[in-house]
Amino acid sequence: MRVNFTVNGRPQEADDVWEGESLLYVLRERLGLPGSKNACEQGECGSCTVRLDGVPVCSCLVAAGQAEGRDVVTVEGLADYARQRACGTGSCGTPLDEAKGWQAKGTDSQTGEGTGLSPIQQAFIDAGAVQCGFCTPGLLVASDELLERNANPTDADIREALSGNLCRCTGYEKIMDAVRLAAARQSEGV
Amino acid sequence: MDFLRPASWEEALAAKAEHPTAVPIAGGTDVMVEINFDHRRPEYLLDLNRVGDLYQWEVGEDTVRLGASVPYTRIMEELRAELPGLALASHTVASPQIRNRGGVGGNLGTASPAGDAHPALLAAGAEVEVASAARGTRLIPIDAFYTGVKRNALQPDELIRAVHVKKADGPQQYSKVGTRNAMVIAVCAFGLALHPETRTVRTGIGSAAPTPVRARAAEEFLDAALEEGGFWDNGKIITPSLAKRFADLCSAACNPIDDVRGTASYRRHAVGVMARRTLTWTWESYRGARRTAEGAA
Repeated sequence: MRVNFTVNGRPQEADDVWEGESLLYVLRERLGLPGSKNACEQGECGSCTVRLDGVPVCSCLVAAGQAEGRDVVTVEGLADYARQRACGTGSCGTPLDEAKGWQAKGTDSQTGEGTGLSPIQQAFIDAGAVQCGFCTPGLLVASDELLERNANPTDADIREALSGNLCRCTGYEKIMDAVRLAAARQSEGV
Repeated sequence: MDFLRPASWEEALAAKAEHPTAVPIAGGTDVMVEINFDHRRPEYLLDLNRVGDLYQWEVGEDTVRLGASVPYTRIMEELRAELPGLALASHTVASPQIRNRGGVGGNLGTASPAGDAHPALLAAGAEVEVASAARGTRLIPIDAFYTGVKRNALQPDELIRAVHVKKADGPQQYSKVGTRNAMVIAVCAFGLALHPETRTVRTGIGSAAPTPVRARAAEEFLDAALEEGGFWDNGKIITPSLAKRFADLCSAACNPIDDVRGTASYRRHAVGVMARRTLTWTWESYRGARRTAEGAA
């Protein structure tokens, strides 16, 4: 079957989709977006987390056909998504750091290549919250959504929001640090 | 495999009538796991995501009519006052990602003894609204809904439309045993609801018998003991011996198995512990509310 939906702001059409196929498979194997990771395929690990009409879900548990006509944001589109959100709240324009780091090269808002990082991605790097990196895309999408609805989360809020994302490397402490850092930067407007 | 995408409830019922083997999929948190692992290759998938009615709920005089696909997240956030037991149970479901997709209709459709919603529904009192194109709507009492391990009272051409849950008239509690707070399939679970209006107590036990069950002997014992001691009126503390007897009867209502998550004897023991605790919590809350009411009067 054919599935039409929007991914990272761009209309997409996937052909020859098997009816039992997951949204995750379509994203990775048919649309060339391997950022969302395929690990447990049963909703246990959260490494395939994407936003479906704004709501964080495990894309491995969404049948591709259920995404028809809907809006998906993957980790590849997170920087754009965060930038547009910032625009909506009035702090538009190119941030100073980004302007300083500008390079004359092609960008692709869909795959995320060549684009800047979202604040949560930068915070993960700065806090050392990435080790093997396999769980990172899911954690980024989940953390970004947390900070979108809760600008000043407690540690309990962070733990709760990330309780569906498994990391086997970090022991979570650095991930907690990263989310706290992103929250602090967000509230200071840097 | 065919993917059926009805746009309305009527279309969904028509599709189910035409293809009784069609597997309904809403949140997908059970069905997709089975497909991903090749445990199931249904001939038809019946996608219910476009049937908007299933995502609505209505708070009535005595009950909440909860659409089958209302996600657990919404139950937690919006129905805590009316359905406290179910809201607590919803919060123990898996993770935010899963709670954003899954709903009570799926729990009922799968009818796993480990479904988190079941003990809360049994304790609160509920009826399952099901419908078919041929015979229209019928209400199945929750006590008659679970018929075996992953079996329920649905006919092949029927779909679950909603569950009518009694609004709380007293404190409710829910307790679940697992190895961590998130992403846990219950080792066993227990729901308890005090119903001061009828002066009854109702229970629900999960993962400790082939189906979710009530501890009826325990309920009858406690109802009689509370009545006899005038507890509902005098608001006395429930004595340890009474709580112990209630807990023992709840344990006795179990018919558990040994499996990877726990042994039968552990489950029986844990259900007793949860029964005692949830009784104490709800009764303390009832006494507190009584005192406040008296103080105000």
